[in-house]
Amino acid sequence: MNIISIAYKNLKRKRIRSILTIGGVAVAVAVLVSLLGFDRGYRQSLTSNIDKMGYQLLVTAKGCPYEAATMMLKGGGGLRYMDANIYEKISSDTRIDKITPQLVATEYDPNRGDGQGGFALYMGITDSYLTLKPWTKFKSGKWFSSDTADEAIFGYEAAEFEQRLVGDKIFIPNINKIMTVVGIFERTGTQDDGTIFLPLKATQAIFSLPDKLTGIGIKLKNLGDIADFEESLYNVPSIQVVSMSQVRGTILNLVSSAKVLANSIAVIAIFIAVIGVVNTILMSVFERTREIGVMKAIGASQLDIFKLIWTETILVCTFGGVLGSILAFLGSSVVEKIIKGILPYAPSGQLVLINPGLLLAAFVGAIILGVVSGIYPAWRASSMRPVEAIRTGE
Amino acid sequence: MNTLIVKAKKLTKVYKLLAENIAAVNNVDLEVSPGEFVSIMGPSGSGKTTLLDMIGCLDSITSGQLEILGNDVSRAKESNLVKIRRGNIGFIFQDFSLIPSLTALENIQLTLYFAGIKQETQKSISLLEKVGLGHRINHLPKQLSGGEKQRVAIARALAAEPKFLLADEPTGHLDTENSQEVFDVFKQLNQEKGLTIIVATHDTELGSQAKRVIYLQDGKIISE
Repeated sequence: MNIISIAYKNLKRKRIRSILTIGGVAVAVAVLVSLLGFDRGYRQSLTSNIDKMGYQLLVTAKGCPYEAATMMLKGGGGLRYMDANIYEKISSDTRIDKITPQLVATEYDPNRGDGQGGFALYMGITDSYLTLKPWTKFKSGKWFSSDTADEAIFGYEAAEFEQRLVGDKIFIPNINKIMTVVGIFERTGTQDDGTIFLPLKATQAIFSLPDKLTGIGIKLKNLGDIADFEESLYNVPSIQVVSMSQVRGTILNLVSSAKVLANSIAVIAIFIAVIGVVNTILMSVFERTREIGVMKAIGASQLDIFKLIWTETILVCTFGGVLGSILAFLGSSVVEKIIKGILPYAPSGQLVLINPGLLLAAFVGAIILGVVSGIYPAWRASSMRPVEAIRTGE
Repeated sequence: MNTLIVKAKKLTKVYKLLAENIAAVNNVDLEVSPGEFVSIMGPSGSGKTTLLDMIGCLDSITSGQLEILGNDVSRAKESNLVKIRRGNIGFIFQDFSLIPSLTALENIQLTLYFAGIKQETQKSISLLEKVGLGHRINHLPKQLSGGEKQRVAIARALAAEPKFLLADEPTGHLDTENSQEVFDVFKQLNQEKGLTIIVATHDTELGSQAKRVIYLQDGKIISE
């Protein structure tokens, strides 16, 4: 016989009450673990998404930096164009390691998504695009035959979504253009997966945007030159330079306000759980007043009683912590879906990242929760005077 | 060896009830020597339980002096009282007061646990066997009859090998047959082991079976 088994047996006496209290702790822990997991996952996915763009700087037409940031990551509306000769001007800079021009275009396709309609994202690129992203591999097919060919390469998800294979013909609505699929990329875990790539010159021709670009991706030889390089482009009219770290910061800022709200919910959940635990244990202490008196009569010291009630509280919280961690772990995919539905911009990759370290932290946190919430009920129980405790129950 | 079990001088316990002071135990002088079997008798409200609580170091005293096993407990704090209770005094209550979540065996082991004594399962089982419950060791209190519960309670009171037993109305919830059995166990323990036993009861027939009978009325000893 030891204190843990006595405490466990006491909890089993009011099974439903104990289970409900454990459930309360579990929900609080699950919410907290999910939120912390989201914080890590989102940051990591975003960083990896941005790293996988392959460039540290993007030159775009002048406009709102937020818009530029979203456009770059998401594609879509509000596109602004700049002249292609800017590319020629910039590319001679010796600080540049790699540089690639791009032209993004979107077209509404009423048949997209089983007739629901949606925007297809097209991106005109040159072969320099792949030098910036050496990890991009072909799943099937090959590169465009020329810079003007009516050919398309699909990102992994775009191909899956439209059920495309190499050799298929695709139709660009409104413009009434037929293209041939010549290649499909493997999954990269970036926005590229959902993009349809076309040769740059062909894109300019098809969408009637001769000598226009939406962006120029740049990778410098030396990371330390970024500020200098940005400064040197500052005076070029009608363009702006967005650095990827800026974009990352901008997006993290956008999510941070949502995070503050979510974190306060987690704090409230924990607070409610603590109150629930204290209430339950205190109730069971009062119900067992006489029993505690009897224990004192048969030799239990104040410390013995304190330890017993404390152990009960810690057990409740530990069970809750374990259950909550399991819930968070199993429910992370559901939480991920919900978050992806709510957030204005969700990077691809795992958004809710729950790893053993986080689960261990949750477990330890739950025990601390028990240690803290157990102090008052345990103190109340241990400070009962034996004779009063015994006579109270009579 | 001749240390008195109980040595009370002008022992008094006053309760405040509204504006009135009520002396539940009033100037009681009492000495109990090792090996005695004392029954304290009297009508309800005569102060039996209060006297037993003080002797059992469960309650503080208002005035007078009280020594238990040679220790002056008149002004002792709870942390010191527990040291005297633990392993020295075996308690038996009217309503048995077993811990409902623990089996008969575990109820006995709990006493050993609190007393800091090595919990020999075999010893606990043989205690239960001695009170005729060898076949009931893994039963919960709710699965036992009143008489069986009181026998578990006796075994529990004996587990830590106390210097004396305190029983407050131990037969109050039992029928005549079971009540007599409990007293038979007391007599046997007293005669064979020389265990000191102090019983409070209002059952004159049972109470008079003790070697020494003390009558209490309005908190005072009226005859011995």
